Amino acid sequence: MTHSVRITVNGEAYEGDVEPRALLVQFLREQLGLTGTHVGCVVGECGACSVLVDGVLVKSCLMLAVQANGREVTTIEGLRRGGRPHPVQEAFVNGFALQCGFCTPGFVMAAHALLARNPNPTEEEIRRDLSSNLCMCTGYVQIVEAVKSVGSDPGTGRHRGQTPERGDSTP
Amino acid sequence: MFPADFDYVVPRSVDEAVAMLVHYGDDAKVLAGGQSLIPMMKLRIASPRVLIDVNGIAELAGLRRDGDRLVLGALCRHADVAASPLVREHLPLMHDAAQLTADVQVRNRGTVAGSLAHADPAGDWPAALLALDTHVTVAGPDGTRTVPLAAFLVDAYTTQLGANELITQVAVGIPPGRTGGAYAKFERRAGDFAVASAGVQVTLDEAGRCAAVAISCGAVAPSPFRARAAEAMLAGQALSEDLLAQAEHAVRDEASPFADTRGSVEYKRHLAGVLVRRACVAALARARGERVDTLHL
Ligand SMILES: Cc1cc2nc3c(=O)[nH]c(=O)nc-3n(C[C@H](O)[C@H](O)[C@H](O)COP(=O)(O)OP(=O)(O)OC[C@H]3O[C@@H](n4cnc5c(N)ncnc54)[C@H](O)[C@@H]3O)c2cc1C
Ligand code: FES
Ligand code: FES
Repeated sequence: MTHSVRITVNGEAYEGDVEPRALLVQFLREQLGLTGTHVGCVVGECGACSVLVDGVLVKSCLMLAVQANGREVTTIEGLRRGGRPHPVQEAFVNGFALQCGFCTPGFVMAAHALLARNPNPTEEEIRRDLSSNLCMCTGYVQIVEAVKSVGSDPGTGRHRGQTPERGDSTP
Repeated sequence: MFPADFDYVVPRSVDEAVAMLVHYGDDAKVLAGGQSLIPMMKLRIASPRVLIDVNGIAELAGLRRDGDRLVLGALCRHADVAASPLVREHLPLMHDAAQLTADVQVRNRGTVAGSLAHADPAGDWPAALLALDTHVTVAGPDGTRTVPLAAFLVDAYTTQLGANELITQVAVGIPPGRTGGAYAKFERRAGDFAVASAGVQVTLDEAGRCAAVAISCGAVAPSPFRARAAEAMLAGQALSEDLLAQAEHAVRDEASPFADTRGSVEYKRHLAGVLVRRACVAALARARGERVDTLHL
């Protein structure tokens, strides 16, 4: 038996029918074509599928699509402001906080949620909070640095101590 | 990897949820945070025909103080506990456990009541709350009943909960003054289940001796247990380093872990003792009014 749902995703309302067993991440990727939200493990271990539901960070592979009925979902596609990348996205680019990029949407969402709660986290707080997300490429150092840089200088995404060679490769 | 097909129903009240549980019987499962149930359904360890999603029952949300008790509704999430100033002030052991359970996303969804219902032998809430004065209230077709947590937890993944019963709340006694508690957990990597864990709640008398103590251990037996031999050693005594070392040894003997990928029997016994001692030291300091941050080991 399918259920009709109305879910607001990145500010736009979507109506559709979902099977109860469809996961939120499936709905986003397959029904809406929002493939920015990635699927790594599908069992809640990797954080690649992280999105915000009513502003709360969740793993969209551990929530049913039907449970998002009547709620507001924000995915990585919804972080852009006025055509510009979000400061956390800029910080990831400027700080080379990704290699293959598979984990990046999840990390950006998790970092965004952390910074919303705690605008100036310490390195330890960043490491502890982001331990929910796995990255197989970077070794995490640049990710932590990137998040720190947003914390220290909101808006520009520039780490105060960042050298021009590292920071200014992107206009 | 997706769950087998099921029907999905959304009760708006406890009565309605119980009526649904009665109607569907063994075919149905309650869906709370879904952070254990959804993975189990995907792995096809569980294939309920009906999911009763209780997340819309407003009366089950959040936590509040009710006289000398802290009352957690069945939908109180791990993150609600972690963020509560009331918990931090009166029941720091619970603050520790909330911070050390899983990761941010899981804490935002997973519930304390769901953890107790799931009764994972390595789960943090069953172990942590066993060291406190904890009662579980369940609603069923014949009304509600309230049982002490120790009786509620029967064995690994097994509780007293009947197929047509719903946990409605978990109540924890707010301790008297000069009481401190701490929960310590050792995990292989951040956010993982415990290799071993320990909860300690100590009340001191005016002379600074141990007036009352409760010690619980998680992940080192088929289900969490109270370390009664160690408790008996500490009760009524001045808690010297020597005495804590003796309690540590007693805990090693009381534990009955099995070997798995998380460690050998000897290793886990050793760990259980060490964690009890560390939790004791933190609990004592808190009982004396000192500030001690959650132990991230
Ligand atoms: C990546 C990951 C890491 C984790 N790490 C940890 C960890 O370190 N420590 C830890 O303790 N846990 C951990 N967990 C488990 C997590 O804490 C779960 O939230 C918890 O075990 C179950 O709570 P839930 O609300 O999600 O329950 P659900 O998954 O919704 O339900 C679990 C079971 O309880 C039953 N149930 C739930 N609520 C009720 C109720 N009110 N009345 C009757 N029955 C009910 C359900 O029917 C089901 O059988 C982890 C989970 C994940 C995915
Ligand atoms: S895909 Fe959801 S946590 Fe890995
Ligand atoms: S950049 Fe490749 S997994 Fe993180």
